[in-house]
Amino acid sequence: MGKVFAFHGGIHPPENKKQSTRTPIRKAPLPKLLYLPLQQHIGMAASPMVNVGDRVLKGQMIAEPVGRISAALHAPTSGIVRSIGPHPVPHASGLDSDCIVIESDGQDEWIEHQGIEDYTRLEPAALIEHIRRCGVAGMGGAGFPTDVKLHLGDHHIVNTLIINAAECEPYITADDMLMRERAHEILGGIRVISHLLKPSHIMIGIEDNKSHAIHTLESVLKGCELNIDIRVVPTKYPSGGERQLIELLTGLEVPSGGIPADIGIVCQNVGTTAAVYRAVHFGEPLISRIVTVTGDAVAQPQNLDALIGTPFADLLDAAHVYENKLYRLVMGGPMMGVTVEHDQIPVIKTTNCIIAASEDEMPPAPPEQPCIRCNMCEQVCPATLLPQQLYWFAKGREFDKAKHHNLFDCIECGACAYVCPSSIPLVQYYRFAKSEIRTEEAEQRKADHARERFEARQARLEREQEEKEARRKARAEEAARAQQARKNGEATAPETAAADQPVQETKALKTAAAVARTKLKKAQKALDAARESGEGDLQALEDALKAAQTGADKAQQALEQAESGAGTGEAAAGPDLKQLKTAAAVARTKLKKARDALKNAEDKGLEGIDKLRATLTTLEQKADEAEQAFKAAEQSQLDAAAAQGVDLKQLKIDAALARAAVTKLERALAKTEDEQARTEIETELTAARDKADQLNQTLQQHEPA
Amino acid sequence: MTTVMTAILILFGLAVVFGIILGYASVRFRVEGNPIVDQIDALLPQTQCGQCGYPGCRPYAEAIANGDAINKCPPGGQSIIEALADLLDVEAIPLDAEHGEEKPKMVAFIREDECIGCTKCIQACPVDAILGAAKQMHTVITDECTGCDLCVEPCPVDCIDMIPVETTIANWKWPAPAESRNLIATDRGRGELQQQEAH
Repeated sequence: MGKVFAFHGGIHPPENKKQSTRTPIRKAPLPKLLYLPLQQHIGMAASPMVNVGDRVLKGQMIAEPVGRISAALHAPTSGIVRSIGPHPVPHASGLDSDCIVIESDGQDEWIEHQGIEDYTRLEPAALIEHIRRCGVAGMGGAGFPTDVKLHLGDHHIVNTLIINAAECEPYITADDMLMRERAHEILGGIRVISHLLKPSHIMIGIEDNKSHAIHTLESVLKGCELNIDIRVVPTKYPSGGERQLIELLTGLEVPSGGIPADIGIVCQNVGTTAAVYRAVHFGEPLISRIVTVTGDAVAQPQNLDALIGTPFADLLDAAHVYENKLYRLVMGGPMMGVTVEHDQIPVIKTTNCIIAASEDEMPPAPPEQPCIRCNMCEQVCPATLLPQQLYWFAKGREFDKAKHHNLFDCIECGACAYVCPSSIPLVQYYRFAKSEIRTEEAEQRKADHARERFEARQARLEREQEEKEARRKARAEEAARAQQARKNGEATAPETAAADQPVQETKALKTAAAVARTKLKKAQKALDAARESGEGDLQALEDALKAAQTGADKAQQALEQAESGAGTGEAAAGPDLKQLKTAAAVARTKLKKARDALKNAEDKGLEGIDKLRATLTTLEQKADEAEQAFKAAEQSQLDAAAAQGVDLKQLKIDAALARAAVTKLERALAKTEDEQARTEIETELTAARDKADQLNQTLQQHEPA
Repeated sequence: MTTVMTAILILFGLAVVFGIILGYASVRFRVEGNPIVDQIDALLPQTQCGQCGYPGCRPYAEAIANGDAINKCPPGGQSIIEALADLLDVEAIPLDAEHGEEKPKMVAFIREDECIGCTKCIQACPVDAILGAAKQMHTVITDECTGCDLCVEPCPVDCIDMIPVETTIANWKWPAPAESRNLIATDRGRGELQQQEAH
């Protein structure tokens, strides 16, 4: 046996363990209804896989783990799923939580299951997954999913495995009885865990008040190939606390806020090792556990092998409870357990003890009296905290200060409250302060999250606003440009405008004439029909025909007039100004050249001067003519432009409309994805562009010089 | 005379040296914005409800930094007022009832049968916690809802309720231990006796 260290503080409450170890573990009777809370462990609640009305078999997975820290849930017996919904659960709040309710059919029929023949050949990851699928979670305290602890080897070097068999809390004997009767299962579990974690050293920490269990363990371990060391520690509460046991066995302290793996240690409860053994060797998921049912109010205090989900009432009946003596029902031990109000609360994976206490056994707490600063709480605190200081901070709601005094290292063992001469419920104060701090932190996180979302939204709105602004600006610029173009295009817009307008008018007149003709024909037909049949108002029809005739004639006349007018308009526009201008310029150049040539000839005294002179005169004449023609044309143009000012405006409007049509089509093209629609739009776009270009050109031609 | 001059020169020299150092530091280690605003903003509950009269928590934080009262935040309640008083080293004052009362945590709930899909609440939500599209039913993402109540007003069919957040095992808090009234055992009942005599 190796050296055993010591931890600070601790107390020696009356053990009360003997009552429940007199009889061997007994199988609890099969309950009629089983309530299985979806959350029996730390982390995320499991997600149900069955529906109401389904028949489930014993060992069938009924809820799967969600996320890394979560555990699966299995049907503890065969039966029908009666409901999935809120039911009282073992929790200090006394609140309801979602449970799967199974009505057992009494057949206790197993689903097909088998163990792993040689787990050493299996990949560690596959083995851990198998344990996870079996829903194994810590059975000692908080119910931490075991597979997560077995994974730790990937991130931490684990050199020591500690099996927690201390079971230091009074009344509880579940682990003690397990060791006495099923020591080989514990050893099997240790083998699997050590195969996964490969520790150099394995220690079983056990209190010296369990001599029977120590004896059994020693005999089982004889001849075991593993380096397992049974360390017997003195009986002192709370030596079974994870951190306290580690300190007892190794002399090392787990750093504040850290986990044992940070110092190379993994701790597992004996019950958990047995569950791992059953999961690996038989493929049995965690569906039952040993529960100590004790207290003065039961006739036969004992340990029961109960299915998970069994209501407390069934277990109390099995232990023959005295209803009249029952004063208080406690779940867990007398130090850390909580009083429950309801006997339909089910056993979960972490339920190790139910105490049915009489009034003498657990009287109501005496009234709280003022703290006298006796310092006894500090002397017993196993976490070496300053309980009295924490109490003041919690009472004064100075949670920040409490936190700085390491409130979160408190394991809520209750040793301080046990020794307090003023009967101050210290642990309640710490629990209150802890949950206040946790809520505050959660609110802070939520506020930060809300701020992030708010800022993201603000940024988005701003961006949208900017984009809108940019689009608006672009449009405004476009409009300004168009305005400018229109300004430039004021005044001269003769020819085409003049030609265009009459053409449009002519078209309208043509249509009118055609319509009039059709009307005339119809009237004629109606009249003919009426004459043949000899019915109807002939006179009226004849009048209508006459009116139609006049209308048609008028339309025809107007059309003819307009057509001739358009012809004159076109004629009035006359020869092209540009052409005339060029002609005049050419004539002038020719004239100049001829003059130069003449001068040259005169200087040099060359022949043919007369001839040149004659040419020059002709050229001069021609140039004059060209100039005159140009001027005349220009004059007529201006007159025409003045006459057609209104038409120029129309032309501008047309040009703007054409441009708008082009942009519209362009936008439509950008939006459309359909291939066919695109080609259609493209053809339309080309046509629209051509039209717009044409109009623009005309407009430019008619702009004032 | 020389001694005096030396002293003056030395002091002047020191003044110049430190002036340069301080001038450099003020440029080199310049802090953008007002850091106290960030600290105040970190304390505010970020419901963005506007009950303080400012369009969001940050504008109110800026206003506080510029001297506005610290008691205009009903969602934060007394605890925020105390935290702000602590931070700014001013007197903690009770919540200004003009801006509303401290209410339990609420969350918006849309009665989906009645929703007409107008998107008005979506536009009002400061944290984008409402999901939906035009003419489609809307719903609140409960986890993201800050309970600011800004979506209730714009709803044309009044189908949004503010419901208190339900206590579950996940958000349950240990209650504070009850104060013991009888601090001195022998004093038990005396207060009541005196009250009876007074009547």
